[in-house]
Amino acid sequence: MRVIAAAAAVLIMVGVADARTWRVRPGPEAEQELQTALIEARPGDTVQLGRGRIELTSGLSLDVDRVTIRGEGHDETILSFSNQRRGAEGLLVTSNGVTLRDFAVENARGDGIKARDCQGITFRRVRAEWTNGPDSNNGAYGLYPVNCSDVLIVDSIARGASDAGIYVGQSRNIIVRNNLAEFNVAGIEIENSYNADVFGNTARFNTGGVLVFDLPDLPQMGGHSVRVFENTISGNNTANFAPAGNIVASVPAGTGVLIMANRDVHVFDNEIGENGTANVIVTSYRAEFQDARYNPLPRNIMIRDNRFGNAGFSPTGDIAALAQAGVPMPDVLWDGATLYSVGGTPRNEQVRIVVQDNRSTRTGTASFLSLGLTVAGSPYTEAAPDPTFPPLMALAEPERVEIDD
Amino acid sequence: MRALLFVAMFVLTTSAVAQSPQAVNTAAILAERPPQILAEYRFFRDAGARAPNARVTPYDLNTALYSDGALKFRYVYIPPGQTARYDAEGVFEFPVGTVLIKTFAFAADMRTPGENVRFLETRLLIRRTDGWIALPYVWNEAQTEARLSPIGADIPVSFTDENGAAVAFDWAVPNRNQCKGCHDRAGDLVPIGPSARNLNRSAYYAYAEPLPALHGMTAQGVWRNQLAEWIDRGLLDQAPADAPRVASAYDTVDTVEQRARAYLDVNCAHCHNPEGPAHTSGLDLRWSQHEPVQWGVLKRPVAAGRGSAGYEFAIEPGHPERSILLYRMESTDPGVMMPELGRQRVDARGVALIRAWIAEMDEGAN
Repeated sequence: MRVIAAAAAVLIMVGVADARTWRVRPGPEAEQELQTALIEARPGDTVQLGRGRIELTSGLSLDVDRVTIRGEGHDETILSFSNQRRGAEGLLVTSNGVTLRDFAVENARGDGIKARDCQGITFRRVRAEWTNGPDSNNGAYGLYPVNCSDVLIVDSIARGASDAGIYVGQSRNIIVRNNLAEFNVAGIEIENSYNADVFGNTARFNTGGVLVFDLPDLPQMGGHSVRVFENTISGNNTANFAPAGNIVASVPAGTGVLIMANRDVHVFDNEIGENGTANVIVTSYRAEFQDARYNPLPRNIMIRDNRFGNAGFSPTGDIAALAQAGVPMPDVLWDGATLYSVGGTPRNEQVRIVVQDNRSTRTGTASFLSLGLTVAGSPYTEAAPDPTFPPLMALAEPERVEIDD
Repeated sequence: MRALLFVAMFVLTTSAVAQSPQAVNTAAILAERPPQILAEYRFFRDAGARAPNARVTPYDLNTALYSDGALKFRYVYIPPGQTARYDAEGVFEFPVGTVLIKTFAFAADMRTPGENVRFLETRLLIRRTDGWIALPYVWNEAQTEARLSPIGADIPVSFTDENGAAVAFDWAVPNRNQCKGCHDRAGDLVPIGPSARNLNRSAYYAYAEPLPALHGMTAQGVWRNQLAEWIDRGLLDQAPADAPRVASAYDTVDTVEQRARAYLDVNCAHCHNPEGPAHTSGLDLRWSQHEPVQWGVLKRPVAAGRGSAGYEFAIEPGHPERSILLYRMESTDPGVMMPELGRQRVDARGVALIRAWIAEMDEGAN
């Protein structure tokens, strides 16, 4: 019987203001020590991870407020889940005000780091990676806050996720800044969320670089107010390796930015290029749904002042057939839908899509194409492509997101 | 089937005639620091925890959570002079000092589940003034003592299963956070099992004297409805004659749909409800949910990852072979399987039931 020993092996040091530091160093006892520290910690404590590789067989979890887990650097302190036998993620956080910094989570069987129902969660210089590169057997999400508020993800890295590297779902008040997301299906995804600033990031070599989605049948819907700016979003041509059935499995390889069924999304001042299908795609949610609360159309979308590199040189997915039929692939592609139906009842919507002042290294002025599908979910065979830019109009930019940093 | 019958019978062997020299240790129940040894609570009259003390009442459920096929022995202790308050929907409101006691065990040969029963752990859920706490006590090899193990344990087990096959795996005693992984309702730890609908069943209460050293069957006793028995024993304040009843998943008296919904309610809805850990999935597997898309029919996955298996819907009517829900029940891969914790084997009977239910659904239904 291998009853896990109590906390004896963990050093406890009294620190300032009664906060304690729990030190965990790599070694045969590290797994037990670490989970013990995460359970026994009191609010305000720090769990300090030593330099090296800590091997875990079971998912870790933290349910104590205001705890900091910190390592010596995301290349120096590695939580390795290559031999994980239990638990659906590497690390699960379910408490408020938690900071994760300077360590890596590698090869979790499910998600890398999940934070659920948290008020205040910070990922700083954290890395979540599947080290064998793109593989449909990799876990779904790398850094994964869901139903959280005040989410800060900065200077972090996500690689190899079979869904999204950095995935913020059903959350509010979000900053995703200066991160690197590469070799994931989706580099950075903001889904069913409100008020997000995504800036200064590099999203490259994914299937799709930056995704802003809203999906039906979820507790929080009606995603809105997302700013995507000053990012580098390039070379996102990795073949889609998501397990089929997942919504991102339908993302065509070669997508820079994809905005689906969301409102008040502003994409500006980005470098977006070398994406083989399109630099920016704006689309409705195309699958059937029953949820009467759901709006599948993108509305109030601003695409401005971006610098576009090459795009459309090897389109994939349903759009590829249009390209083969001679339709030129643009920098910005919109499906054209302004109508949708719920239970057979048609609804229409003022869909404002504004594309202005973007520059292209290929053509000088960026190109645009509407597929003219009119009704959300219409088959691409009914496309009536139209390169006419939609009318210019003023769209209010979402307010800057403020989080204590 | 024999295992189930056994559980139904033995659980109800009771201590109604017990004249314990020492009552349950109520101070231990409410102590700031819980006892390190299970016996200190005196829930049982013997060190091996086979003979319950006075007011420690065994109970059984219409449909129970699958836990790797382990036998489970359940008891409730409610302090003298107090009663649980009836609730038609959820778990009863239990008074401070209540303890729900559950022992997990395997028989050496599960085809003869009354013989050579080895206890693995006894989990306590204790109702304190500031809420419930969960405490796992792990049994020693000699079966003489169970010791508190708050951060969990792995216990190697091996036995012969119901089909005669040799099984060996590490039984996982959950740590405190993992307990909450299932017993979580909007951030608070709560019990799952003892609801009116799941307790509302007949049970066999034996009145043998002396009580057998080991849980065993006896001819001396009565079949009684558990709710009525709890009221008579002063454990429950009241219950209406038409209290709800959830189907028994493996008792073919009820329809396949009723049994399948009961199975999902007990095995999945503690997470998959609007206030549970899986609420962000939008999948609500409660017995009381009446919108098919909410319990999975033609519902697309959100964050299933590899768990989707390439299928489009949680439940595709008429097509169990393309239904994500069944696929995840059939997996033991930590990144795929459901539930995420508390199971390392596949519940073959549960899988067969859910498969039959999805197969019989009208393909055009929603």
